[in-house]
Parts: sequence; C-alpha cells; structure tokens
Amino acid sequence: MLKLDEIQQRLLMEVADLHKVPEGAYNIRSNSQSAGRRSTENIEIIPREDGQGLTVKIKPGTQNESVHIPVVMTKSGLKELVYNDFYIGEGSKVVIVAGCGIDNCGTQDSEHDGIHRFYVGKGANVRYVEKHYGSGTGSGKRILNPGTEVYMEEDSTMEMEMVQIKGVDDTNRTTTAELAAGAKLVVRERLMTHGSQNAISTYVVNLNGEGATADVVSRSVARDDSYQKFDAKLLGNAPCSGHTECDSIIMDRGRILAVPGLEANDVDAALVHEAAIGKIAGDQIIKLMTLGLTEQEAEEQIINGFLK
Amino acid sequence: MLELQNISFGVNDEGGEKEIIRDVSLTIPDNKLVVITGPNGGGKSTLARLIAGIEKPCSGKILLDGEDITSLSVTDRARKGIGYAFQQPVRFKGIQVLDLIRLAIGSKVSVSSACEYLSAVGLCARDYIGREVNSSLSGGELKRIEIATVLAKASRLSVFDEPEAGIDLWSFQNLIEVFRGMREKISGSSILIISHQERILNIADEVMVLKNGVLTASGTRDEVLPGLMGTGDAIPECRMVGAGKEGEATC
Ligand SMILES: Nc1ncnc2c1ncn2[C@@H]1O[C@H](COP(=O)(O)OP(=O)(O)OP(=O)(O)O)[C@@H](O)[C@H]1O
Ligand SMILES: [Mg+2]
Repeated sequence: MLKLDEIQQRLLMEVADLHKVPEGAYNIRSNSQSAGRRSTENIEIIPREDGQGLTVKIKPGTQNESVHIPVVMTKSGLKELVYNDFYIGEGSKVVIVAGCGIDNCGTQDSEHDGIHRFYVGKGANVRYVEKHYGSGTGSGKRILNPGTEVYMEEDSTMEMEMVQIKGVDDTNRTTTAELAAGAKLVVRERLMTHGSQNAISTYVVNLNGEGATADVVSRSVARDDSYQKFDAKLLGNAPCSGHTECDSIIMDRGRILAVPGLEANDVDAALVHEAAIGKIAGDQIIKLMTLGLTEQEAEEQIINGFLK
Repeated sequence: MLELQNISFGVNDEGGEKEIIRDVSLTIPDNKLVVITGPNGGGKSTLARLIAGIEKPCSGKILLDGEDITSLSVTDRARKGIGYAFQQPVRFKGIQVLDLIRLAIGSKVSVSSACEYLSAVGLCARDYIGREVNSSLSGGELKRIEIATVLAKASRLSVFDEPEAGIDLWSFQNLIEVFRGMREKISGSSILIISHQERILNIADEVMVLKNGVLTASGTRDEVLPGLMGTGDAIPECRMVGAGKEGEATC
C-alpha cells in the first residue's frame, strides 16, 4: 500500500487482516483521505461528492467476491462523519469487510462516526465483518460511533460479525434492521472493554415478513472500571422468529446493563431473549490451575476462548 | 510417592462444624495403582481435592516425594506433578478440546499428537479435537475429554475421580485398558483412582476404603474386597444414598 506508514499498516492488519492490497474491490481511507481504491467488473465503488463516504454497487448475481473498506486514523484530534451506502444486487453472494483502527498519541480526541446503509436485494447473501481497534498512548480519546441500517428484501441473508476487543474508549453503536419475508439476519458481537471505557450497543430489528428470522448474540467481557450496555429490541410484526442473547463476563469493577426488548405484534411471532452476566466460574479457573496455569493465566485463557 | 499424614478437614455447615475427613493417613507409593472406594458421601472427592490443593486441610501434612506441599497452591502442585481428573468435569464456552490438551501438555503440540490422547479414551479424534468444551458435549464425552487432559499432562501422580461415571458399557473395557496401559508405563509415577467399579478394583495394586471420612481398610484387592461385599451394613447405606447413580458396583 503506497502512502501508508508503519502504524497505519499495523492498524490495517488489526481491523481487516490486511497485509497487502486486498483482492477484489477495496477502498482504504486514511486520515480522512482515500489511500487507494479499486472497483471490479461487478463491484463499483463511487466516492460521494463531498468526500465523506462511498456508494458501493454490487451487480445482481455477483458470486463470491469481496469488498474491503477499512478506515485508519493516526492524527490526533480528527473528527469525521462518513456515510457508506451498499446496494447489494439480487442473488449475489459477497463478503464485506469494514473496520476502523484509531491510533491516538496526542491529547485531542479522535473520532470516527460511520453510517453504513445496506440495501440487500432479494435472495442475496452478505457476510459483513466489522472490527474496531484502538491504540496509542496519548490522553486523547479514541471514539467510534457506528450506525448501521440494514434493509433486507425477501429471502436475503445477512451475517454480521462485529468485534471490538481493544483500545476504543467510547463507542455508541446503533444497528437497525428491517426484514422482509424469509429474510435472515445473524449478528455476532464480541466486545471487551477495559480501563474506564464505555460501550453502548443498541439493536432494533423489525421482522416484517412471514418467515423472517433474526439471531442477535453478544458475548462480552467488562474489566476494570468499564461500562457496557446491550440493548436489543426485536419486533415481531409477522409470523417470524427471533432470538437475542447477551452473555457477559464481568470482572474487577466493571458494570454491564442488559436490556431485553421483545415486542410481538403478531400471534405467530416467536421471540426469545436470554441474558446471563456473571464473573468467571470459579471451577473453570481451578480446572486450568490443576493443569499448571496461574490464576491470571487461567483467566486470560477463559476470556480468550469466550471471545474467540 | 504421595503421603498424607493425619489429614483432617471440615466445613462450616448450617448446623455448625462438619467433619468430612477425619485423621486420614495413607501412602500412594511409586509405581503403584491405588484405588479408593467407599460409600457415597464418604469423602473420596474431598480427599482428591485436598491432594490437588483445591481445599486446604485443617490439620495434617501432605508430602510429595518427601517435600511438604501442604501450603502450596493448586498451580504449584500441578507444576510439581499432580494431575486431577474431576468427578464432574468443567465446561468452557469457546475453549476447544485442542486448546485444553495443549494447556495440559504445556506446549503447542501438533494436532496429530494431541489427537492421540483422544483416541486413547476411545473418542474419534477427528470429530472432537475442534469441538468446544461446552454444554454441547454429552456427559460421557466430557468425561472422556477430562481423562484425556490428565493423560496428556503426564503427572507424577494422576488422580481420577470416578472415571467410569457416564462411560457407556461398550467403552468401559476400553477405559480399563487405558488404565492398564498407564499402569504398565507407570515407572516413577503413581495413579490414584476413585471408583465404585469392581473391574477397576481388579486392576489395583492396592485398595483403600474411605467411609464417613475415615480410612477403614487398606490392602490388596483380595484382602479388602471380601470385607466390602455383602456386608450387611453397606447395603442399606448404598440403597439410601446411591439409588439411581450410575456405576454403583459396590451396591
Ligand atoms: N463444601 C461442602 N459443604 C458441605 N458439605 C460438604 C462440602 N463438601 C463436601 N461435603 C460433604 O462431605 C461429604 C463427602 O463428600 P465427597 O464429595 O467427598 O464424597 P464422595 O465420597 O466423593 O461421594 P460420591 O461417591 O458420591 O462421589 C458429603 O456428605 C458431602 O455432602
Ligand atoms: Mg465423589
């Protein structure tokens, strides 16, 4: 990658597993500017006129192609708001990798707020991966506020994997989805907060068509003095099924609030919410200690596994 | 060699102090397979937890190869060579069987060498090595994986707490073979099995009986077994506490 320094390359590794220029379509945004872009025959990436975001058009029937749109920020004090719109054609099957890495060594806050809108065509199948990562020793905060809107047509499938394990001071994530008949949404969120970090994650999923299904699962660990709020609301407006789950480990002085929200507006809507918050089970630690691990090593292993 | 010297242990129950292990002294010699048996609630698992360091005795000493390990932590004892397969194995979300075996060995061994330990306990390694050690595993599968991790750890003293519990009839013979195999390669180490199964008692060099927290008998199988079987008092006791539990050969 041409204009990227070492820190930027490291961030790219963290958020998009990129060692080199990705295959397929991509756009790399670095410190509010495009550091490289490529469209392919089936996937067109068009920058918005104001420079703040992209329109990504995926042709109907596109098979097994990928789009990478990572964002890295290394300048302290940057604050940006970008809009990315994805039009995913009927019957296509694609992987979209987003993600944002912020390195802040300065004293001013750095903030990236990305609004992603997905228009998923009939029968299309999307796998979406979004990783957040923060680093840098400055006192300036690393802030990420992603907003995601998903509009799913009939029989489409969207699998979202959202990961934030390290270094982001503040996040307020809102995800909304509208599902037509037969559409299937799967969300897997993994979150770890430490220090005095704050993470709020809100979902509002409308199951509007017959046979729509949603499965929203969050696994999280809150350490030190951090705070998390998981607020997942499912609305069953048709014969449909939905499941949300919040499974959390709490440590030190961490705090977690899980807010279950189920609203059934149809007699054939089947909605389930599960939430479990607790510290690491003592017998898990003891078992690993009988294998020769120290208490701290045991905890690390248990958390790593839990968030894997 | 492991020695327990006058070990006592109690807990504070609602009704006040409750004695669970009473002045137990015993030796697990090198190169020997010792089986401890006795009625439910007799204190066998508690004794195993005392040996592993999960519980600390109220009085008495525990020596491993002559070294006093009474005050050592679970971790330190594990590193000095004590292995312990739980009666009720622990489940972990997200940790895979392979991870657990590697932790037990203490190094990132290859997948194929990790698989050997699963094969040893009669699990088709390919199907299980990548499985999560979570609630999706059946009781018997979990129990075998537990045994496999202790085999993998290769300890100076390996303690197995009711390894047969939950293992199906067909695999039981295989399990006996696992212990027989361990016994053959025992040199310089020792094995302690807590069991109610006569066929496990049959492979023991020495059998001990723990009842009400007291060691009531010890010796070779032929010395101890006749006193156990068919004695009037063991039967009603077993009926009372052991009904419905699998693997109650002594009942
Ligand atoms: N923490 C505790 N608090 C109260 N009672 C306990 C505690 N731990 C063990 N006990 C009691 O001590 C006794 C011995 O328990 P232990 O689990 O050692 O028995 P065991 O011989 O292993 O039985 P089993 O054959 O059923 O496995 C039981 O009566 C049990 O209820
Ligand atoms: Mg027991």
